[in-house]
Amino acid sequence: MNRTRFRKIVSSLFVAFCASAVVIALIPLAFILFFVISQGIRSVNLDFFTHLPQPVGEPGGGMANAIVGTLILSGLAALMAVPIGVVSGIYMSEYAGTRFASMTRFAADTLNGVPSIVIGLFAYGVAVLPFKHFSALAGGFALGVMMIPIIARTTEELLLLVPGTMREGALALGATRARAVFSVVLPAALPGIVTGVVLALARIAGETAPLLFTAFNNRFFSTQLTEPISSLTVQVYTYAISPYDDWHRQAWAGALVLVTIVLVCSLLARLATRRLERMHARG
Amino acid sequence: MRSQDLGFRLATGAFALVLVLLVCGIGVELARVSMPSIQRFGFAFWRTSIWDPVAGEFGALPFIWGTLYSSILALLIATPIALGIAVFLSELCPAFLRQPLMFLTELLAAIPSIVYGLWGIFVLVPFVRSLETSLPDALRQLPLFSGPPLGLGMLSAALILAVMVIPFSSSVSREVLKSVPAAQREGAYALGATRFEAIRAALFYARTGIVGAVMLGFGRALGETMAVTMVIGNTPQISLSLFAPQYTMAAVIANEFAEAADDLHLSALVEIGLVLFIITLLVNSLSRLLIWSMAQTSAPASVTPGETAEAAA
Repeated sequence: MNRTRFRKIVSSLFVAFCASAVVIALIPLAFILFFVISQGIRSVNLDFFTHLPQPVGEPGGGMANAIVGTLILSGLAALMAVPIGVVSGIYMSEYAGTRFASMTRFAADTLNGVPSIVIGLFAYGVAVLPFKHFSALAGGFALGVMMIPIIARTTEELLLLVPGTMREGALALGATRARAVFSVVLPAALPGIVTGVVLALARIAGETAPLLFTAFNNRFFSTQLTEPISSLTVQVYTYAISPYDDWHRQAWAGALVLVTIVLVCSLLARLATRRLERMHARG
Repeated sequence: MRSQDLGFRLATGAFALVLVLLVCGIGVELARVSMPSIQRFGFAFWRTSIWDPVAGEFGALPFIWGTLYSSILALLIATPIALGIAVFLSELCPAFLRQPLMFLTELLAAIPSIVYGLWGIFVLVPFVRSLETSLPDALRQLPLFSGPPLGLGMLSAALILAVMVIPFSSSVSREVLKSVPAAQREGAYALGATRFEAIRAALFYARTGIVGAVMLGFGRALGETMAVTMVIGNTPQISLSLFAPQYTMAAVIANEFAEAADDLHLSALVEIGLVLFIITLLVNSLSRLLIWSMAQTSAPASVTPGETAEAAA
């Protein structure tokens, strides 16, 4: 065969392979979304959001306690992670060249890569062992530890996008560094940071492993921070590995709620980012 | 420097210090709680393979095996696909498709692990079981396919891990490919290269960063817990067979920790967590180092504001 023709065929095959790789990756996504939606929609009803779990054998019931639990746990995590994450992000961007800033950046990336189950063990040692019982606070702490590096890195990257001239302008007018950051630089980056926090919350709300032995689970409605608390993810896990059909249906419904949260947050974040980009482009 | 500015620097620095302290704290805390197990078993913990909490016998070799084997299999499946996606999205894709496709592939990373697990139990495992039963008998003699076709086992775990790892490897590879100077490709085309040959040159140029991207995916696979726990079969054994139910480090912690019988059992599980922490720490640091050194060698012009905002969001 002609050498040139051979090379062209190889090239076309390669292009075809790359295109099919995208299709191959999207097949599982389509299947997961299809099953979660089709199975979940059958079991989601008003009861699911307003009732407590029923004992085995009794039909109906819902996950009201788990939904409230997930909200409380995510709230606790945000309470801990947003201040620490945003302020350390400010440090990393304001003092970007320094050795300590590189060190914190490295620590943030490292923390981001620590398996969630290991974070759970850490939270167990720090927030469960000393008090001898599982609690919502321990669960919130575990999720907060996971959230800090995400928020810190997002804040840093968004602050670095703010034009240096804005900061310099403020400093030239005699503002202190703190003033320049909090009155000029941070407000400019705020919409992006809020988007980042929403995405981080969506990711945290979907975590199971760090809650298994920190927040544990609770069959009853509880808003006590020092008591074990239920969460959507742990409840879905408990139901999924149980042998009962009724519970499997509830698990699919729970999964549908989780996926909806993730999808809505991702779409909103994407729309917000687009808008920001357009604003930047207009300049 | 004004004193207020020094104060600001110290105050924000204190918050940044929390990140460093957390990383150190995790290591110290895990080491502290696992001390009884470390002192009692020493290295035998990692060389023996009998795990019997009731008898007080703890050998963690099967978990290490299961974690490494499932993660390596997942990488073998995921790497070509992730690279294909990265090349397609950065070099070949029509402009109007790029954003939607990027969004969809990254959605794979956003789906919670527990949802993967649920789907794995009820959809993937039955599918894998039917695949396994339809395998010709001649092949069943191979050690790779020995044992009864349960569906629950290494193959299901590797498949689900592969899907979960793809978005991580592909998005980092895409960034790395983007940082290859255009002159590399233009040079290849000028010499009469085909599309494949030009892209191969770019891939070769970016090889350090791509190895880093693949390792980042490896780090994710090592620590993945829920989805794997739900489909791998949770049986501590060392087997080459893809059909065999096995166990991973993360899975045994998730399954046994809340109901650990006594302090020694608890301590042994934390020791597994400690080693998992150290392994992922090493893998991730090495991968960051590779990606970072790649970014150093190629042009700083690779970072344009729009792209970084996208990556952050």
